Amino acid sequence: MSDERKIRVLVAKPGLDGHDRGAKVIASAFRDAGFEVVYTGLHQTPEMIVNAAVQEDVDVVAMSVLSGAHMTLFPRVKGLLDEAGADHMLLTGGGIIPEDDVDELEKRGVGRLFGPGTSTSDAIAYVNEWFATTHAN
Amino acid sequence: MTPSTLSSEHEALLERFKDGRVLGLARAISVVENERAGFQELLHTVMASGPQAKRVGFTGPPGAGKSSLVAAVATEYRRLEEHLGVVAVDPTSPYSGGALLGDRIRMNDISMDPGIFIRSMATRGSLGGLAATTKEVVDLMDAFGFDRVLVETVGVGQTELEVTAAADTVVVVLVPESGDAIQAMKAGLMEIADIFVVNKADRPGAPRLVKELRQALHLRTGSALKDIPAHHGVDLGQVMKKERSTSPSAEKPEGWSVPVLTTNALTNDGVETLLETIQEHRSWLEQGGELERRRRARAEIRIRDVVNREMRRIAWSSADARALLARGVDDIADGEGTPYSAAEAILGALLR
Amino acid sequence: MSKVEKDVLSRTDLEGLVDDRDQQIAELKARLAEWEESYDGIARRDVLFSTVSGREVKPLYTELDHASDDDSVGYPGMYPFTRGPYATMYRTRLWTMRQFAGFATAEETNERYKYLLAHGQTGLSVAFDFPTLMGYDSDHDRSLGEVGVCGVAISSLADMERLFEGIPLDQVSVSMTINGPAIILFCFYVAAAERQGVDVSVLRGTVQNDILKEYQAQHAWIYPPEPALRCIVDMFEWCSEHTPKYNPISISGYHIREAGATAAEELAFTLRNGFEYVERGIARGLDVDSFAPRLSFFFDVHNDFFEEIAKLRAARRIWARGMKEKYGARNPDSWRLRTHCQTAGVTLVAQQPENNIVRVAYQAMAAALGGTQSLHTNSMDETLALPTEKSVRIALRTQQVLAYESGVANTIDPLAGSHYVEALTDDIERDALALFEEIDEMGGVVPGIEQGWFQQEIANSAMRQQREVESAERVVVGVNHFTEGSGDIEIETLRIDPEVEQRQVAKMAEMRSERDDTVVTSTLAALTEACRADENVVPYILDCARAYCTLFEIRAAMEEVFGSYKEPVFF
Ligand SMILES: Nc1nc2c(ncn2[C@@H]2O[C@H](COP(=O)(O)OP(=O)(O)OP(=O)(O)O)[C@@H](O)[C@H]2O)c(=O)[nH]1
Ligand SMILES: [Mg+2]
Repeated sequence: MSDERKIRVLVAKPGLDGHDRGAKVIASAFRDAGFEVVYTGLHQTPEMIVNAAVQEDVDVVAMSVLSGAHMTLFPRVKGLLDEAGADHMLLTGGGIIPEDDVDELEKRGVGRLFGPGTSTSDAIAYVNEWFATTHAN
Repeated sequence: MTPSTLSSEHEALLERFKDGRVLGLARAISVVENERAGFQELLHTVMASGPQAKRVGFTGPPGAGKSSLVAAVATEYRRLEEHLGVVAVDPTSPYSGGALLGDRIRMNDISMDPGIFIRSMATRGSLGGLAATTKEVVDLMDAFGFDRVLVETVGVGQTELEVTAAADTVVVVLVPESGDAIQAMKAGLMEIADIFVVNKADRPGAPRLVKELRQALHLRTGSALKDIPAHHGVDLGQVMKKERSTSPSAEKPEGWSVPVLTTNALTNDGVETLLETIQEHRSWLEQGGELERRRRARAEIRIRDVVNREMRRIAWSSADARALLARGVDDIADGEGTPYSAAEAILGALLR
Repeated sequence: MSKVEKDVLSRTDLEGLVDDRDQQIAELKARLAEWEESYDGIARRDVLFSTVSGREVKPLYTELDHASDDDSVGYPGMYPFTRGPYATMYRTRLWTMRQFAGFATAEETNERYKYLLAHGQTGLSVAFDFPTLMGYDSDHDRSLGEVGVCGVAISSLADMERLFEGIPLDQVSVSMTINGPAIILFCFYVAAAERQGVDVSVLRGTVQNDILKEYQAQHAWIYPPEPALRCIVDMFEWCSEHTPKYNPISISGYHIREAGATAAEELAFTLRNGFEYVERGIARGLDVDSFAPRLSFFFDVHNDFFEEIAKLRAARRIWARGMKEKYGARNPDSWRLRTHCQTAGVTLVAQQPENNIVRVAYQAMAAALGGTQSLHTNSMDETLALPTEKSVRIALRTQQVLAYESGVANTIDPLAGSHYVEALTDDIERDALALFEEIDEMGGVVPGIEQGWFQQEIANSAMRQQREVESAERVVVGVNHFTEGSGDIEIETLRIDPEVEQRQVAKMAEMRSERDDTVVTSTLAALTEACRADENVVPYILDCARAYCTLFEIRAAMEEVFGSYKEPVFF
């Protein structure tokens, strides 16, 4: 009945670092791309993020991690999502993440991770494509 | 629509919903919000037992502190061990169709409480201060078993007053910066408020606004009572008359006189009083038969809504109607018709 | 023409000069018009001729574009200090090369410090990990995964003692980048000096302690603005009496800029924050000259070479004038703006990271030409991971090449009198003063923060810059132009051993078991009481520090009275 299904994204800022410029830029860009964006605010624990993702029934969880704690935070959120029965959600994100770590995280089921200086349109295109392929029916 | 048949997918969903699983509720809300096939059947099934939860709406201008106040109020209700659902609505951007849903940020302190479920919604073009399906989402939360559902509207300007159709008690949140009482009157907030809250009481100008509001309210309940537009579709004059005739005792509740409270949502000052006042309003609703009236009025609105929506769907899913629509557009372009002639043709085809 | 000369000229001489000047200006204008004509006829490159801050730049500047006179430019070391805070500048002492460093545990950072000192670094600068920055102990739940990652973990005096093991605190100046819990870390530091047997009155160094910009840009806060500001004034008061050579604050534009502000916004917000602290100190009843000489600053040096130099020059002028004229300071040290600078982290990119060395070098040169007192140069690999020892050394070497080979340190303020630089200095000053007015209209800094005005301004500027880069209007080498070779990043990066967290947690357990719990409890209780009673809290926190109370315990003892800050979010 509705024209097309809105993509819902949780933009989350886990951990203790307060650099939310990237998170806000991507949240605004996602909104401008027609997504419904739930923004969590700063200093979220993995538990808070997964709790919000589940209650908001989002399609995508996008995390911005600049603190170097990505190897702890991404797997932890992924694990909690799976545990909560939300393994259908795409976990993606960005931050200062070395290549090796990106590969390792991908192996553990995390989606694409965007480095600093990535254009927001790349991230939008990625989410749109992911959504189109996983929700094609 | 055949309200009895559920798809197997929805059967499974319903199972989880009935088991009290959060994921079940969350997904059911999505089904309803996206009006996915079968959503009406789903609602029909879960709503069979009728409204149970107490519904409190929070409305007011942008940035008044609605979300902060909802968080503060929710914290207090949790202390009383109530289970809570919260629906917070933020506007959809008319340009992109996207939305930034930021109410949840204010509720971070309570978000991890397993006794609270928070859901953000975008208006998706709906103008009443709620999304088209917010009322249904409240129903879902009610059916899920929450004791109370708190609804936060978008920051309203004027005439965005749909919250009355979703809540039993409407709290209008104002702040000193949001203008004077005259503006509140013009915006129609006087008619929908069961309780006024002047939030950000720590800011200068709060006492003045309280005074103005009280004066404005006094005017309304005093001299001009008969001419006042209906309160929730209820004529206050009628309510009071009825009360008097059935209960001569002066102790019995009469008309509800709208209180003006002050709060500081960041320090919780005044929040306890707000809870007490909401409770008083509840008692008044229940004792005076007002709750029943409001529920009936709401039911009527809901039936109309469903019928309207269904009629629209039936109309535009008909191939005939769509063909006539296209022809009508051509006719108008060729100077051979008007929107009215086209509409008549379409309605004629549908009703045949 | 100097002031003295002006005074001895007679009135008729003066009139004659004015006529001459009018004629000169007319001639200048005529020649300029002539040039403009030839300029207009020729095609130009199709690029943005504006600074990264979006300031339009003219093709040519002449003396018609600025009013540089003695009152506004003057001499180094003399009011209004446009040309530098000191008379001799780098001829007496080069800027302090101060590389921000810290990672893992106190022991490992201690080793890095000794390495840096051995390589000719002249001051230390402590980078704390995120848990410490937010006032959490290493063994707190919320610290998971972040202990020692982006800086060193310091959870108690015991860690602080280990951090400076073998480094005599009466001999090096130490800068600590910390804000929310700054007062606590400062007390750990003082207590560590005490343990070394150092007379604390000789301590030199700086603690950032600039909470206003945390609310505006950086977001490492704990308490709401009012109690947080009270703690800062407590520090002013205590330090002026006990550690007179120590800077109890470094008023920072760096993070405001990094969050996306323009150069003028960085300047205006920072200085206005500075004046706010001055007002708070005065409101406490402190003599402005008792604390103002120890206020220090910290600016970003971004990509636009001339604009950054002009920003630093304008900063000194605005500060001097405000302190003297508005706040009535009489001690010239109160007028003198002294600043640390850091090259702009946001300008570094992951693509072809070696190019970052060049960016950093140009930025460093701008800082030196702008007359900075100390400088941190970023490492080229910062956008990829934590910097390696090698890249840190290159960053330091960049400063040394600049200081010893380039010749920029030979003469003072060499760009004074440049039409462009003087015009930019005037323009930026004007923009900053206009922003001051806007802030005052809102009722000052704290109301501006509460209404999200600063946050909004910064976000808007950030969005504009983002758009310019994404549309490739603004060239970023290796990112949107000249991208060949951007794909293959082969650079070694430093990794923090995940065991660091476990080691640190184990050490905390040991420390907790060894300390005297009754003293811990009683000093914490006394602190809470002092917060409630509006007493200066520094002596109480010092007692807690000496008793090995942990960072989080002390934070919590104060939070009981102060409450916590709720983030207002604006896009
Ligand atoms: N000083 C003060 N600030 C408050 C108070 N209540 C809320 N705020 C602040 O006001 C801002 C807006 O609060 P919200 O709760 O988001 O307001 P809202 O009405 O939900 O806003 P929208 O949903 O955007 O319409 C936030 O920065 C809050 O921290 C209060 O009682 N006193
Ligand atoms: Mg809100």
